[in-house]
Amino acid sequence: MQQLIYFFRKYKYFLFFLLLEIIALFFTINNNNFHKSKFISSANEITGGFYKKTSKISNYFNLKFQNEELISENEELKNLLEKYISKTDSTVSVSIIDSTLNYQKYTYTKAKVYSNNYHNPNNFILLNKGENQGVNKEMAVVNSKGVIGITEDVSANYARVQSILNSNSKINAKLKNSSHFGTLVWNGKDYNIVQLEDLPRQANMKVGDTIITGGKSIIFPEGILIGTIQKIYTKSSNKFIDIKLFNDMSNIGNVYIITALEKEEIHSLNNTLDE
Amino acid sequence: MNKIVYISFLFFSLLFLQVFLLNNVMFLGYINPYLYVAFVIFYPLKKERFLFLFLSFLLGLSIDFFSDSGGINAFSLLFVAYIRLFFIRVIFKKTEQDYLLFNLQQEPFGKVFNYVIILIVIHHFILFSLANFSTQNFSIVLANTLYSSTFTSVLFFLGASIIRKKNK
Repeated sequence: MQQLIYFFRKYKYFLFFLLLEIIALFFTINNNNFHKSKFISSANEITGGFYKKTSKISNYFNLKFQNEELISENEELKNLLEKYISKTDSTVSVSIIDSTLNYQKYTYTKAKVYSNNYHNPNNFILLNKGENQGVNKEMAVVNSKGVIGITEDVSANYARVQSILNSNSKINAKLKNSSHFGTLVWNGKDYNIVQLEDLPRQANMKVGDTIITGGKSIIFPEGILIGTIQKIYTKSSNKFIDIKLFNDMSNIGNVYIITALEKEEIHSLNNTLDE
Repeated sequence: MNKIVYISFLFFSLLFLQVFLLNNVMFLGYINPYLYVAFVIFYPLKKERFLFLFLSFLLGLSIDFFSDSGGINAFSLLFVAYIRLFFIRVIFKKTEQDYLLFNLQQEPFGKVFNYVIILIVIHHFILFSLANFSTQNFSIVLANTLYSSTFTSVLFFLGASIIRKKNK
């Protein structure tokens, strides 16, 4: 007993140091795991509040860029709307819209980026919407140019997004001109380039082809833009490609959070299949 | 009392400087300085170390909260805080009796330079290895350590020289 007390007294600083290091390591490992609950996250009232204040100032510096982006998005949407109006023009053709067949699958919620990092191997984005605004875990986040990430930690008024620039991010993606699909990942090197893995060898593609989301996941709707093929290489029986993102991930301001309305239904169906 | 004010000023100014300014520098696209190591360098030497270790851990953890990095800043800052005494013993040849009167500004610049560079490089290396969290991309970890350490050291000595001139 005497020796034990002596031991503790002699190494008290080392033991204290060891204890704190183990705590820090635990947080680090936890942060690298998507499905575990998060302890250290900027989605809380204190850090979120600070970022809210600073983003008010920093937002002024790229207002011009944000405006241009919003106007080009408006242009695109107006063109889409015109196409739709001419299709459903009843003087040209008669079409019956059956409301039981056509129903909404996704809703969009606007959100602002409060903090964004892109230089770490695991990057996260903080948004100004949280549980109070109907945002939950595992919702898609996009902007007009393409995919941004998936929400993974939500507090009352803030949400933390796992960016596509995160080594744990895995998103289903496919070629625009065929339905061969693969997994979108990031190797942590360049924030403009992401990788598409496990494409079948017979998939036909060339440099410059567009990659979109695949619609195989419940989270993302099909057809959201990702980027263009920059480089193709073959390993064993699969093809791997480098994709140049449409988005400049270092400069994002306004984003949309997508709520998948059918998510619950698909989840419960999957669960009954498992049983 | 004066010491408490000094330490809390050091703590919060380094925290906010790092989180709101230095984390957004991105020199040449990806090089960031991590100047908050200065907390370990400037903290007064004392025999009793629990508070020092705990505050270092807390500063690292606060930065982790802001930058969503798990516990990597806490781990690396606590590590250099713990090994600080070893380098003070080796480089400055100080014993426990000298701690109270120890002042970095009165030491020869060569020794201070070595001491600061060693602490910064160790801190940055641990930080980037943990951020990487795998055995791949090790060359990137080394490159990041080299560039960021250089950047941090330059900032540190610039800042320190400004403070010293003011004190004179």
